[in-house]
Amino acid sequence: MSVLRLLYFARVREAIGRDGEEIERPAMAETIADLVDLLAARGGGYAEALADRSRLRAALDQRFVPLDAPLADARELALFPPVTGG
Amino acid sequence: MIRAAITSAAPDIAAELARLEALGGGGIASFTGIVRGEDGLAALELEAWPAMAERALGEIAGEAAARWPLLGVTLLHRHGVLEVGERIVFVGTAAAHRAPALEACAFLIDWAKTKAPFWKREHRDDGSRRWIEARHADDAAAARWG
Repeated sequence: MSVLRLLYFARVREAIGRDGEEIERPAMAETIADLVDLLAARGGGYAEALADRSRLRAALDQRFVPLDAPLADARELALFPPVTGG
Repeated sequence: MIRAAITSAAPDIAAELARLEALGGGGIASFTGIVRGEDGLAALELEAWPAMAERALGEIAGEAAARWPLLGVTLLHRHGVLEVGERIVFVGTAAAHRAPALEACAFLIDWAKTKAPFWKREHRDDGSRRWIEARHADDAAAARWG
């Protein structure tokens, strides 16, 4: 088992109630979407934060990637809403 | 010269423009994004992912330098709670001639709005807070650069 660091930002951070956590990488989760399904199944703030996949974006090791991207051997996954800077 | 950073203090625009003017080009272009005064808006909060934001801004600036013949690129983005009228973002470009400076300036702000990890939240006069939704128009503006 390897450790995956999760980071949450903006609305996602607020709904989940924390800005990140470390988890054991689930063997069943091949893609980011798979892992998001497992996190959402925790219910509560996780379910709320991750319910609308059309408004969910991700970065693996600080690279923006689509939700169907494989987790592969990434060490860090960030989940957040579409960015609104500038 | 590429200068890309996330800052908490407001950019000193005169100093930033002087830095670009010193590069010997014939054209300097700039864009400054300001917190717009809207009914009921007390302040605008910019949440950032600092580690990635710095990298993303640097890559966006590098992309502009690769696409246009620029002598200098400056891309500064703030985070924190900003009052109405405060500067959020500063983009500056220097080139031998005006066209690349102006085009690259437009490109830089379009990409900064859609490809750097910042999130805006309104602080309202009544004490409530509201996350700003991403706009399709911003995605379309970024997409036109390919």
